[in-house]
Amino acid sequence: MRHLLSIEQLDRRTIERLCDRAAAFEEVGERDIKKVPALRGRTVLNLFYEASTRTRSSFELAAKRLSADVVNFIASGSSVEKGESLKDTVLTLSAHRPDCIVIRCPWAGAPALLPRWTDAAVVNAGDGKHEHPTQALLDVYTLRRRLGALDGARIWIVGDVMHSRVARSNILAFRAMGAHVTLAGPPTLLPRDVEELGVEIRSDLRDLRRADVVYALRMQRERMTEAHVPSLREYAAVYQIDSRRLGPRQLLMHPGPVNRGVELSGDVVDSPQSLILEQVAAGVVVRMAVLYEVLATARAEDPVTEPQPA
Amino acid sequence: MSLILPDPLVRAPAPPADLLVCGAHVLDPRAGLDGPRDVLVRDGEIAEIGAPGTLASPPGAEIVEGEGRHLFPGFVDPHVHLRTPGQEHKEDLETGTRAAAAGGFCQVITMPNTDPVVDSPSVMGALRDAAAHQARIPVGVLGAVTRGLRGEELTEMAALREAGALGFTDDGRPVASAGMLRRALRYQRLVGGVLALHEEDPTLSAGGAMHEGRVSALLGIAGIPSTSESVMIARDAELAGYEGAAVHMQHLSCAASVRAVATAKELGWDVTAEASPHHLCLTEDAVRSLDTSMKMNPPLRTEEDRLALIEGLRSGAIDCVATDHAPHARDEKEVPFEQAPMGTTGLETAFAALHALLVRPGVLGLGLVVERMTCGGARFGLPIPRVAVGEPANLTLIDLEQRWTPGDDGYESRSENCCFAGTELSGRVLLTVAAGSVAYRERSFVLCAAPEPGEEHR
Repeated sequence: MRHLLSIEQLDRRTIERLCDRAAAFEEVGERDIKKVPALRGRTVLNLFYEASTRTRSSFELAAKRLSADVVNFIASGSSVEKGESLKDTVLTLSAHRPDCIVIRCPWAGAPALLPRWTDAAVVNAGDGKHEHPTQALLDVYTLRRRLGALDGARIWIVGDVMHSRVARSNILAFRAMGAHVTLAGPPTLLPRDVEELGVEIRSDLRDLRRADVVYALRMQRERMTEAHVPSLREYAAVYQIDSRRLGPRQLLMHPGPVNRGVELSGDVVDSPQSLILEQVAAGVVVRMAVLYEVLATARAEDPVTEPQPA
Repeated sequence: MSLILPDPLVRAPAPPADLLVCGAHVLDPRAGLDGPRDVLVRDGEIAEIGAPGTLASPPGAEIVEGEGRHLFPGFVDPHVHLRTPGQEHKEDLETGTRAAAAGGFCQVITMPNTDPVVDSPSVMGALRDAAAHQARIPVGVLGAVTRGLRGEELTEMAALREAGALGFTDDGRPVASAGMLRRALRYQRLVGGVLALHEEDPTLSAGGAMHEGRVSALLGIAGIPSTSESVMIARDAELAGYEGAAVHMQHLSCAASVRAVATAKELGWDVTAEASPHHLCLTEDAVRSLDTSMKMNPPLRTEEDRLALIEGLRSGAIDCVATDHAPHARDEKEVPFEQAPMGTTGLETAFAALHALLVRPGVLGLGLVVERMTCGGARFGLPIPRVAVGEPANLTLIDLEQRWTPGDDGYESRSENCCFAGTELSGRVLLTVAAGSVAYRERSFVLCAAPEPGEEHR
């Protein structure tokens, strides 16, 4: 795999391979000196067009544990605001010869454009409302550790599906791994025709107890000003996952950061059913596996580089 | 008060053609022609039409070998963006009309959403003056309905008409306010000129970059629902019926819109409509790759919508084909999909796309396509080109068998944002004659040597 652009491009075997490699990297984090020389001398460039402390530091930590050099390019407040196009930014940064560019940006499909302009491997760290493939991989990884396999697991994704790249990647990843996916949320926040992705649609949580895993999405405050839902209070009344709605055998996940009291009640966040901190921890090993895949294995497996259009 | 209207079309001076097209299959459904003929053009006019091999070439006339090729009346595009004034980095009058001629068009009507907007007699006058120096084929211009396309106050429509406006449109944007549109429709009684309407409810399409449906759900891109178009068509057809006004619905994209137009026509309202080759040939699936050449407004929609448009063209609910030729510079389109401007070029590929993708597979008849590609100017008062003796020569000679791939040899247009780039099409324009003058020759197309003076051909 030369680039990680989307979950859509991955088959089950590849997802499993990445998870297995991530598992092998767990041990590195338990050492006194948390480092292996796998990517020594390689340069990973984090190109972030959106504020993201978590994903960026997770990628940074992953790269550093593999001994890669890391450069962070935070695009807000830089040349981008002076009107530089994505193409020119990438051409400019590529002149520094990075081996991998990790990109987070507000535009769907933008990471797929980068290979036109750079020889570096490209990893999508979230593009618009399109995909967030490393999040989906770490969620699959977390669930595999807990459940063994996802085959036949019933997973409910609850909340603002429309604006969530996490939801889209996770639908694809969970389904690729054999799970049944149900989406539940306000009808105004479920995209039209989303059932075409092979999921069930619910507009309330009456049957939530049928789920093995409840995956709550972050409810963003700006959705209120856009009037997608009348108020956070009404949203919480209908869709909040709390100890009344969440059964004792159900697992709870969330991509963070959590709005306590909105999509999740405080007690379920702190409950033993919550996998939220395991997800965060998995983020580092899964991203190590992804960086290792695109930097250390891709060239050997796939020595023919595609011709780059000008 | 009666308005004094200038010539509806302008173009740069060009010498009248003298040529003999020998043995081409002449197809003009309106003239009842469908078979091999010799066609003689003298001094820019169709002088004689005869059985193949019967016409002699007068001295000085070029001889065009037409055998195995088709000769059609020149196409007319009632909806193009020549980007002048102000956006000449995308297209100008010369490149745009060259692209049109290369696509077999002999007349185009350009839209006023330029910079500045064509919303005053002075801008209209300057644009027509420029066309009188630069345009290779005759160009007509629509004026804006509202100042600056802001939808707030009417332009000086009478003065615009006298400066050359064939009609009016805020194309690129809808006239969102029903009250404002109604005023324009009433004012039409004074000034004439059809109102061409870009139909879109901005509160429904807000923020959308592609058709709302299966593909937008997968890609996480905000969608433009088909209802954003159809509800406005229903609204404005109703207003036109109520006011007895004449409106033309631009670039229909969905089944519900075809239905709304058909209903309006059944009720006897003065409503016409156009559809573009890209909406007739492509669907939302083409947007899967997020190729920005596939981003246009209205967006490519579902297969069901596409079939409804084809049926509408066949039934007459849709009157004509219009390309909505919308050039954008490479750097403007070489950005992430959501940031890219809307539009595809279309003039050079319109016929070849319809021929390759609809006529060849047997979906539409060749005669119907020619009919619908030639009548688009009539709604704005332009004569329909005809292959008939005494008519000005508006002709295009096309090799239907020749396959070509748009983009392989570049474009005549200044821009290359073509949704058919990379798709093999069939039907290559070899020669276009517009208003009596040769406007385009395909580069590899060799003409027979003109006979020596005094020597007669054959």
